[in-house]
Amino acid sequence: MAIAREATPVSSAADIKDADLDREDLLQIYRNMLVTRGIEERGHILYRQGKIPGSFYTGRGNEGAAVGVATAMRADDVGTPIQRDMGVHVTRGTEVWRIFAQYMGRRDGLAMGKDGNIHLADFRLGLIAMVSHLPALMPVAVGCALAFKIRKEPRVAVAWSGDGAMARGDAHEAMNLAGVHRLPVVFICDNNQYAYSTPNRLEFGVDHLADRAAAYGFEGVVVDGCDVLTVYREAHRAIEKARQGGGPTLLELVTLRMEGHAVHDDAFYVPRELLEAYTKKDPIERYRRWLKEQAFLDEESDDAITVEVKKLLNDAMKRAEDSPLPDPSELEVGVYAEPEELDTPHHM
Amino acid sequence: MATKTYLQAISDGLREEMRRDSRVFLIGEDIGVYGGAFKVTQGFLQEFGEDRVIDSPLSETAIVGSCTGAALMGMRPVCEMQFSDFVSCAFDHLVTVAAKQHYRVGTPVPIVVRLPSGGGFSGGPFHSQNPEGFFAHCPGLKLVCPATPADAKGLLVQAIRDPNPVLFFEHKHLYRRIKGEVPDGEHTVEFGKARVHREGTDLSVITYGAMVYTAEEAATAVADKDGTSVEIIDLRTVTPWDKQAVLDSVAKTSKVLVLHEDTHTSGFGAEIAATIAEEAFENLDAPVARLTAPDTPVPFSPPLEKAFLPQVEDVVAAIDRLSAY
Repeated sequence: MAIAREATPVSSAADIKDADLDREDLLQIYRNMLVTRGIEERGHILYRQGKIPGSFYTGRGNEGAAVGVATAMRADDVGTPIQRDMGVHVTRGTEVWRIFAQYMGRRDGLAMGKDGNIHLADFRLGLIAMVSHLPALMPVAVGCALAFKIRKEPRVAVAWSGDGAMARGDAHEAMNLAGVHRLPVVFICDNNQYAYSTPNRLEFGVDHLADRAAAYGFEGVVVDGCDVLTVYREAHRAIEKARQGGGPTLLELVTLRMEGHAVHDDAFYVPRELLEAYTKKDPIERYRRWLKEQAFLDEESDDAITVEVKKLLNDAMKRAEDSPLPDPSELEVGVYAEPEELDTPHHM
Repeated sequence: MATKTYLQAISDGLREEMRRDSRVFLIGEDIGVYGGAFKVTQGFLQEFGEDRVIDSPLSETAIVGSCTGAALMGMRPVCEMQFSDFVSCAFDHLVTVAAKQHYRVGTPVPIVVRLPSGGGFSGGPFHSQNPEGFFAHCPGLKLVCPATPADAKGLLVQAIRDPNPVLFFEHKHLYRRIKGEVPDGEHTVEFGKARVHREGTDLSVITYGAMVYTAEEAATAVADKDGTSVEIIDLRTVTPWDKQAVLDSVAKTSKVLVLHEDTHTSGFGAEIAATIAEEAFENLDAPVARLTAPDTPVPFSPPLEKAFLPQVEDVVAAIDRLSAY
């Protein structure tokens, strides 16, 4: 039996008015989703060209979930997005060329070539770089919220995890500590139904991951993660509730991982019917249709946005390819921080 | 200067740093109302309030992980593992997130983890360990093992001001047993600088933590017995460690015993011994000797634990073997 609330979809322009979005906001969401998908599509090309060392991970199908949450965050909020959340980096304003540089292990990548793929974050934009051991950053986000509470700052931390990562103890410890202290943190679970090849039914025994929130003393909400506006509305509610002292919320954003776990995985284990169903729910196509139905977007402006996005991506790719590879002399640099670094904007 | 116990020196260092810097806060199990399992933070809740002295749920990963988050937001968290043994529950966070964050993405993680460590009280396998060896293998962490009250205070303050994750191993057997002069007010001790605990000419004992005192008793015993002059080097910090001070002492005495309470294989003593073999071979008049706990869990029953921990007579025997070589 489900315990969590199931979010009703946003459908009308009146809903949007309630959500405090104007036409420019709506088009910016659209642009961010297109840039997000465009980055990962071009990543595939770079990978096939042999320009990306190691593996390559994408979040196809998660663009609406990621952009929706990030749009609801304020500039001084912080977050710990994971490997399906390129849309968070794009929405927060990460320089796209540095993302491509990161993919290719270049010095201008956000991890300077020390780490790869989507283990990146621009800390100046309030983002903290993930590690592979998910959801290891959930307790870290809780610590950010703890700092905000101690300093009485009206800021919120957003902690991301996936459906598989929710089985690990870090998730429990983080949500429990946040519940005890009613910390200003919002937990986002990108439930794309598969943890590598493992389906939800082998990861958890409750109906919805969001049901677990009740065990920690806060609200859980199940949201259609393919619907960017519903994601935005629920994230906005949860973030503002946290900001007002209302404590944490767990939002489970249900999507389907439309590609393999990483580029080597053809995801043969995902039933074809499920893939077809979610192809019809594609967050970008769906949002484009809605924008046109509601007369926020016409063919002409759609074409203009598409051209603009393509140019942005092409320029970024070119700039990234011009970025040098790191020099072996940099190998041992940066294992430890120096005292003066604590006085830089690294610390917010 | 005032004479204080090792425990009081830690408590004072922590309190003074909290008074000086409002960014410093504490989180751990039973540290508030109860004042900590060993009473290091007794009275802190009353002085600093519950925002800065946080009684946490039983959640080592969340304790250390939340310190990392708060540190990234500009705070200076100090957390307590109730016993150093329980840091195993936070191992993943420390080695995966905290230790690697600066190298990977350039963001400093200034956190301190306080770890009451060491045996000698029939604490058994889970309340007696010296887990520094696990962490010495992990680049990105700093490891502090003070032996004296003055160092305990000075190194703790230094740890709080350091921009990296610091593991502060405070030996439980020193808490109330060891008293010493501690500078009043502002006092820091630089990391990576060993201290000559006792000067000598015939043989060097390289050690840290509670074993400094075991070595001292043994040195006095051999001096009384046959006049052997033993030099004791107290490393004070394991990462970074003062290689030069060790090599200088070896050059002076030509014989060396590496001593620690942690278990033998891949213990930090192995690193010291290997370094001496690599860099001071020409100065040695005997093979480098190691004296450590054996490769077993820490046993509970007193005769077993006594056999496990290096005793004064074990150190005397090791010194005699080296002297006779």
